[in-house]
Amino acid sequence: MNQPQTLLDKLWASHEVLKRKDGASLLAVDRHLVHEGSHHAFAKIGARKLAVAAPDLTFAIVDHYAPTRERAQIKDPQVAYMIKTLRSNARQHGLEIFDLHNPAQGIVHVVGPEQGITLPGLLINCGDSHTSTHGAFGALAFGIGATEVAHVLATQTIWQKKPKAMRITVNGTLGVGVSAKDIALNWIARLGTGGALGHAVEYAGSAIRALSMEARMTLCNLSIEGGARFGMIAPDETTRAYVKGRPYAPKGDNWHTATAAWDALCSDDGATFDIDVHIDAANIAPTVTWGNSPEQALPVTARLLDDRAQNPQTKEALEYMGLTAGQPLEGTPIDQVFIGSCTNGRIEDLRAAANVLQGRRAKVPGLVSPGSQLIKAQAEREGLDKIFIDAGLEWAASGCSMCVGMNGDLVPSGNRCASSTNRNFKGRQGRGSRTHLMSPAMVAAAAVTGKIYDVRKLLNKGDL
Amino acid sequence: MAGWRTHQGQAVALARANVDTDQLIPARFMSVPRTQGYGDYLLHDLRRTETGELRNDFVINQFSNATVLIAGPNFGSGSSREAAVYALVDAGFRAVFAPSFGDIFSSNAINNGLLPARIEVATYENLLTQLGAGTCEASINLDDQTALIGNENIDFTLDETWRIKLINGWDDIDLTQHHNDEIARFKTKYVQSNPWVLPVRQIKS
Repeated sequence: MNQPQTLLDKLWASHEVLKRKDGASLLAVDRHLVHEGSHHAFAKIGARKLAVAAPDLTFAIVDHYAPTRERAQIKDPQVAYMIKTLRSNARQHGLEIFDLHNPAQGIVHVVGPEQGITLPGLLINCGDSHTSTHGAFGALAFGIGATEVAHVLATQTIWQKKPKAMRITVNGTLGVGVSAKDIALNWIARLGTGGALGHAVEYAGSAIRALSMEARMTLCNLSIEGGARFGMIAPDETTRAYVKGRPYAPKGDNWHTATAAWDALCSDDGATFDIDVHIDAANIAPTVTWGNSPEQALPVTARLLDDRAQNPQTKEALEYMGLTAGQPLEGTPIDQVFIGSCTNGRIEDLRAAANVLQGRRAKVPGLVSPGSQLIKAQAEREGLDKIFIDAGLEWAASGCSMCVGMNGDLVPSGNRCASSTNRNFKGRQGRGSRTHLMSPAMVAAAAVTGKIYDVRKLLNKGDL
Repeated sequence: MAGWRTHQGQAVALARANVDTDQLIPARFMSVPRTQGYGDYLLHDLRRTETGELRNDFVINQFSNATVLIAGPNFGSGSSREAAVYALVDAGFRAVFAPSFGDIFSSNAINNGLLPARIEVATYENLLTQLGAGTCEASINLDDQTALIGNENIDFTLDETWRIKLINGWDDIDLTQHHNDEIARFKTKYVQSNPWVLPVRQIKS
């Protein structure tokens, strides 16, 4: 009888061209997504006069440097140069590009799934650590560095040693006002940012099955913040319903062949995991980071650690963040808010934030940048843009924006930002910026109260 | 890229955990072509004042000839930016010794000849005590995975795949091209049995 296999085992085996004696596998790559930051890799293959091996499997997307305001004339010459460089690399190698003025432009990890470029069962690479997002479809998706990007461009394969398997099972029902972002921050706070190092995380359990594709993407996206290069969820009816009819998704007979293959993409009963973690969904509260590492997160109802529990690292984070040990997290005044990013820039995220903001005014300024221009258009059809604008927030175009600040959307030094993004590292949103990560609904609650605030107190009965 | 087996140099310690990629190189410097060098951007906002001058009290600034860095757990966590490795390599570093590393950082390091050597937390703490804010001699041997840093004898951990690659200075593209026939055979069979894996754009977005 065959050994029970994990989802990771199955995805790995189906892409393994060969395995070297030292344990490294050569894997075939189904989709390669490149962005402005891939310029080093294009320079590398250019220096060797190599062509892109599979232009039809390679998609270029303008996101990291994409201006969110005044796109017609890019003010910053460095930003303009980065976008121009991607454009000319795409043209030279015959790659399809989702350029600045394409109505489907957006963040690479939003556009891939939205276009059906991302599918269950595929191996997907991108020179960005949040490539784990695509694992939400039951794909083997992982971020790579520039040398690896050059290798994928030149060969459409990648050398990789198989990671260990880890499973995080979340059973039960999430409370009102609690989302996938809170599940992620909860497990990262519990296991640490190195908790899943060297592992591929598969998310399972009834609470995961109940999540929409958008929420699953948020969860898989944040796997890397717990150290895992891979996050994955076995595909199901929710996955199929999302993928069906997308521009690049299989059609006709191919759709039936594909869905039959996808049905087998799950961990077998009895498959073993090197680490197996269980979480009760009912125990997860809206969660907020207080420090400079995603593991420095607490339920919004908690107080910061008291002095006795501190190490030098904690003290340094408190000092940088301008917080005091022992103080309650809730009530901390904020200066501005940001809603967007590959973590929480999807339509459901905008709806969750708008639900809180509707009929209310923000006490602080803020920026809303949808994950793609198609999401922006959809939100406008739903009237969400008016809710944000009426609340006093700025409604902008799509890109990585204030999550990483490469396009000039920065948080000024010393300012405290409630942010729906993925990293609260020092200086991530700009030198001296103070980032508090939280869900879009919690960001909206921070906007209308001007402080870190438990969104559950603003929600009506019947809200999700 | 040239491979290497042994290295001798000066070690310094950065007594911090979670030195993430945004600290190693802030995003605003990443549009610079590699040929211009990334060394000046290494740990930019920690090493430099708001006006860009080097801080005298920052250890790496005091020992600019150091080639071996001792650092806390989860070094290089965060983004996939290879620029974090470029900054270390261009500033002269050949090895980082830490209790753990970000996965993508480690593979980027290997691809640029930089050793990410995993050590026990106790060893890390001994090295911090020994080095303080100073420097000491370091010698590294990749063949037997040992190092002598000051008077601390260290057995470090390194994935075998990576150790071999570092020693040989292998270029993956060259290596892979030796397997072109196997890749072609695999792909033919793969697409035949899974015709849906090819992207076909059939609807205008």
